[in-house]
Amino acid sequence: MKLDLILAGVGGQGIVLAGDLLAEAALSIGLDVKKSDVFGMAQRGGSVTSVVRLARTVHSPLARPGQADYLLALEKLEAARNAGQLKPGGIAIVCDYAMPPLAVSSGSATYPSDEQVRAALAARAEKVHWLDGDGIARSLGNRKVVNVVMIGFLSRFLDLPDAAWQQALERHVPKRFLELNKEAFARGRAAAG
Amino acid sequence: MKQLLSGNEAIALGAYHAGLGVAAAYPGTPSTEILEAIACLRGVYAEWSPNEKVALDVAIGASWSGVRAMASMKHVGLNVAADPFFSVAYSGVGGGLVVITADDPGMHSSQNEQDNRHYARSAKVPLLEPADSQECYDFTRLAFELSERFNTPVLVRTTTRVAHSRTVVDVTGERPPLPEAKFRHDPGRFVLVPANARRLHPGVEARQQALAEYACSFPGNRVEAGDGRLGIVTSGVAYHYAREVFPEASLLKLGLSYPTPETLLRSFAASVRRLVVVEELDPIMEGEIKALGLAAEGKSIFPILGEFDLGVVEASARRAGLLAGDSAEALPAVPDVPLPPRPPVLCPGCPHRSTFYVLSLLGRRQKRADGSSQEPQLVIAGDIGCYTLGVLPPLGALDSCVSMGSSIGMALGAAKAGVKDKIVAVIGDSTFMHSGIAALVDVVYNQGNLTVVVLDNGTTAMTGHQENPATGVSALGQQTQAIDIANLARAVGVSDVREANAFDLPGLRRALKGAFDNPGASVVVVKGLCALRNKEPKRQAVVDAEKCNACGLCLRISCPAVVKGENGVTIDQNLCVGSVCQTLCGQVCAHDAIHLAEL
Repeated sequence: MKLDLILAGVGGQGIVLAGDLLAEAALSIGLDVKKSDVFGMAQRGGSVTSVVRLARTVHSPLARPGQADYLLALEKLEAARNAGQLKPGGIAIVCDYAMPPLAVSSGSATYPSDEQVRAALAARAEKVHWLDGDGIARSLGNRKVVNVVMIGFLSRFLDLPDAAWQQALERHVPKRFLELNKEAFARGRAAAG
Repeated sequence: MKQLLSGNEAIALGAYHAGLGVAAAYPGTPSTEILEAIACLRGVYAEWSPNEKVALDVAIGASWSGVRAMASMKHVGLNVAADPFFSVAYSGVGGGLVVITADDPGMHSSQNEQDNRHYARSAKVPLLEPADSQECYDFTRLAFELSERFNTPVLVRTTTRVAHSRTVVDVTGERPPLPEAKFRHDPGRFVLVPANARRLHPGVEARQQALAEYACSFPGNRVEAGDGRLGIVTSGVAYHYAREVFPEASLLKLGLSYPTPETLLRSFAASVRRLVVVEELDPIMEGEIKALGLAAEGKSIFPILGEFDLGVVEASARRAGLLAGDSAEALPAVPDVPLPPRPPVLCPGCPHRSTFYVLSLLGRRQKRADGSSQEPQLVIAGDIGCYTLGVLPPLGALDSCVSMGSSIGMALGAAKAGVKDKIVAVIGDSTFMHSGIAALVDVVYNQGNLTVVVLDNGTTAMTGHQENPATGVSALGQQTQAIDIANLARAVGVSDVREANAFDLPGLRRALKGAFDNPGASVVVVKGLCALRNKEPKRQAVVDAEKCNACGLCLRISCPAVVKGENGVTIDQNLCVGSVCQTLCGQVCAHDAIHLAEL
């Protein structure tokens, strides 16, 4: 397996944890893994991306621009912003959820339409999967698990054993939230058919 | 055992397995997690120092007591710690002494992108440059050995990409038993009066020679033989970009890059036809290679600005003819849709928002209804922390931000220059403790007429909520003496010291206005817990649509949760933490239209 994955979202959505789960799961089957977060001051609500690269040997911690195999976006504007990271024929998995940035909520800019987001993704993606990750997370009683719902969905596309994912969850999620997160992962995975 | 660790975690674990006894740091991205990781390991004394100079002094004191010690900081932190750093290079060490500098090419969260490899050269200290977490672990352990073997502090330099990437580490070490601390009475080395320093300097130069020879056989300085048409010299994370972009090239990867391994460089240069240096930021290795009289290229090909990645290295290489083909395969274009940016903003419920709102009104920074700007009033000298975001519109209530603690001295300078406007310095609690206090002493001593506003949110928020001398909790989680900022200001001689609640807008306004009306020196401590630290159950605000007349006053506080709609505003229930800020939006509303939702 040789894969580059881009995870994108907004500070506070749990992108960093999502990337950690993916990287940890890949490590447990003996792959070389590098994972790099690009967030700057993003704890304060800015854009966040996490790059995960899996292969026998990985050198650069960042992927080649326009060469990612997967884009997993937790928010639609961030999906559009990172559409150019995908390689032609790549796969996009997008949470059908909008978080308008301050420029939009204060009325000085416009949020892109769904058609614009779709068009941006269609330029490279062979297939775009949409998921109401926020709805699933809400139905579980905690919107914060949207990141794990989305990772569960992604897991259907990757050839990693279930035990690797469960182990990654156990390692990275605090005990009192573990069952909730395992449920979130399962629901996301089930949604991918 | 193989583990996925960030560079920072790997440095912490490497130091731990080297027998680290004392670790000191001031938080700074991208270095912060080193001390956080150490504080979780048993048997190491770890502290947040008030600033980087104190952190290095603490580490030196421990080293001279025979204990292995480390100080970690971001690149600009080494500017603060430079004074002891240069001098301890003369004195040498007792227990191994390692200084970590985490540089930030691309300025992900910094005010400049200085290249701290220069510091190794100017202080005459050996420099290790790990390229990934495995090397962070290995080189940190080795740094302590080199420090003791060559009797020198050792500088380990990471960059954001190394510090924050998680890569696989084969953890091979174990923690050794620690020696008992005993201070080494050696005034000839440790008392740097001129006579001693003059005697020590020749030893520093001799050490440089010995280290340069050692660097030629150092296993982390390795040649990866290739086809010889192209030879690459590289270090740090740039190695990984170069290796991927030039799979065929011969490559010299330097882990101990200073003192310069001259013999190694000469023999590598002789083995290749074209010699190219791939290094982020400044042309440092390039300059040294050229100084040896060798033909090399570097910054004529690769940028001096910003962070490298595969795209940057590959595009530069193609332009210089180092790769076949003029350009990479063209990718299908993504339609050019204007996407609104998502810069960092003050969080919903942030205690700083109210202060900047008041300053934006008193300082006339808000735009008029017709969109035009007003003539600004007040000089508002700012500082480093989340509150630097007070510069963003519509608040626009910050006129400067230079370096940690600078606001107060700069405000004093403006006052002494004769500026007639009211002058205000705005500084956070941790930054005030870092170096603001010394400047406040200057304000009292030299009788400056200005107001210092200390934004006390009970934590060092920007770097991820570290404790500081005003919080009353140590890095190891123990309760300690909390230094009261208002009392400290009174103790240094400020007579007009006020305290205000960040979430009580009328009270805050009174305190600020009262202080501004006082022509002398004054301090206002604005207290309000960081919203991200408030763990109480939150309630949201709602808008009474009957009362809202869409005047837009509440949009002036610049809260992400207040959303402008067609006929008035709404409150984003996912973002709002109205019970935390006592609905600041409701406090500014002239029509009593915003209240906490009923439970």
